[in-house]
Amino acid sequence: MERQFKYYGQGIPYFKGKTYTGTLIVIEGADCSGRSMQVYLLRNWLEAQGHAVSDIGLSRSNLIGDAIQTAKEGNTLEKKTLSLLYATDFADQLENKILPALKAGFVVLADRYIFTLMARDMARGASQAWLKKLFGFAPVPDLIFYLQVDPQVLLYRALEKYGTLDYWESGMDLSLSNDMFESFQIYQSLIAKHFDAMAADYGFKILDGDENPVSIQEQMRQDIKQYLDESRLMVGATK
Amino acid sequence: MITTNNNGSTKHKGKLIIVEGCDGSGKSTQLHLLKCWLEQQHYPVFFTEWNSSELVKKSTKRAKKRNLLTPTTFSLIHASDFADRYEKMIWPHLKAGYLVLADRYVYTAYARDIARGCDPKWVRNVYDFAIRPDLALYFQAPLEVSIDRIISGRAELKYYEAGMDLGLNPDPVESFKLFQGIIKQQYDRMIDLEGLQVMDATENIEVQQRQLRAMVSQQISKDFHPPIHKKYLSCTLGGNNNGTTV
Repeated sequence: MERQFKYYGQGIPYFKGKTYTGTLIVIEGADCSGRSMQVYLLRNWLEAQGHAVSDIGLSRSNLIGDAIQTAKEGNTLEKKTLSLLYATDFADQLENKILPALKAGFVVLADRYIFTLMARDMARGASQAWLKKLFGFAPVPDLIFYLQVDPQVLLYRALEKYGTLDYWESGMDLSLSNDMFESFQIYQSLIAKHFDAMAADYGFKILDGDENPVSIQEQMRQDIKQYLDESRLMVGATK
Repeated sequence: MITTNNNGSTKHKGKLIIVEGCDGSGKSTQLHLLKCWLEQQHYPVFFTEWNSSELVKKSTKRAKKRNLLTPTTFSLIHASDFADRYEKMIWPHLKAGYLVLADRYVYTAYARDIARGCDPKWVRNVYDFAIRPDLALYFQAPLEVSIDRIISGRAELKYYEAGMDLGLNPDPVESFKLFQGIIKQQYDRMIDLEGLQVMDATENIEVQQRQLRAMVSQQISKDFHPPIHKKYLSCTLGGNNNGTTV
């Protein structure tokens, strides 16, 4: 089924494509919320059913990835610069990967989208109005899943996964606390608060990320199946 | 009078002077001469130019070389460069009470990004953290003049410089002319819209510089008395802003 691109703002004025046949599915959630594994499982499931799948993660573009890495290593990033570097990176992946894949009929699994960027920036004092306009070029996804995880649970998972807490994931640049452990808790609670606030505005499907991954996956599959059935995209349902 | 208020993040003691204009309008030359003059008077002066952030410039250069940029990423990568310089250099220098001289400012982005097809309101929103300059000069020249200056001094025009990404004309020189024409239109519209003060860039260099210095005396340095004026402001011998006569 052909769908019209809808955007959060003015869109991309010079972009010629007005319609797409693919499906844009976004999976949002904090670091260690289990996003990547869910994306991996979804990919296998969708491919088994004959869908072409493209998974795209944030900050993997070759345009500006190096600059972000360099800056993060030296902790020499101011707030607006950080926002705009990530926005550049997102725009690059959107125009070069997501949009072409959607037009070619792929199911695009986006491992994070503009909401992670907005939550991070809001935690750093950026106004939501500015961010909404900044990301006005982003298309409205077909489905948005949000893996909601208790910051306390995140803390255990981060420690289990890395052994230490990450400077940026602990929001150390915000000087919330000299103590990294404390900073992580305050920062992740802030991020969670901004995500929760966006959930209703942007129609997130909230998943209880504290649960085990298998039941989360089942829930996601149900929602996706329903969506694809409704848009008559499932294999065999098209004309 | 300069206040000593240091707490409001929107308050600053310095002054911001920026120059804008098409490539080849002579604005950089004029700004350089202005800088020399201000330094001779022992003002604390800080100079910054477009597209020069240590952090971002390398990525921009590589992306341009490989033609990787779309109008949106072209806009955002330059905005990142600007933000890096703004947050790390322009703003702290203004807070400290410097005369900040910028070769190109947000208006360059407005002109170019809109010419490339970005939404005008979107571009303005991206840069809305940047303060308004105390003096914004637009070096206006007829298109033929600036185009001639660039083309005659250059073996070859670069892809984005010539606006080749807009698909206006397959010939780089023709494309450059058309692209500069659109940019000039954008600048001309900003005279009223943004309060740019026009300098006649066809005048000879000395005349322009005299006018510029008169404008700066009247509009800027008249009310600008930084407390550090005439103090030795370098950690080394022969620093630019030292208060001793060189």
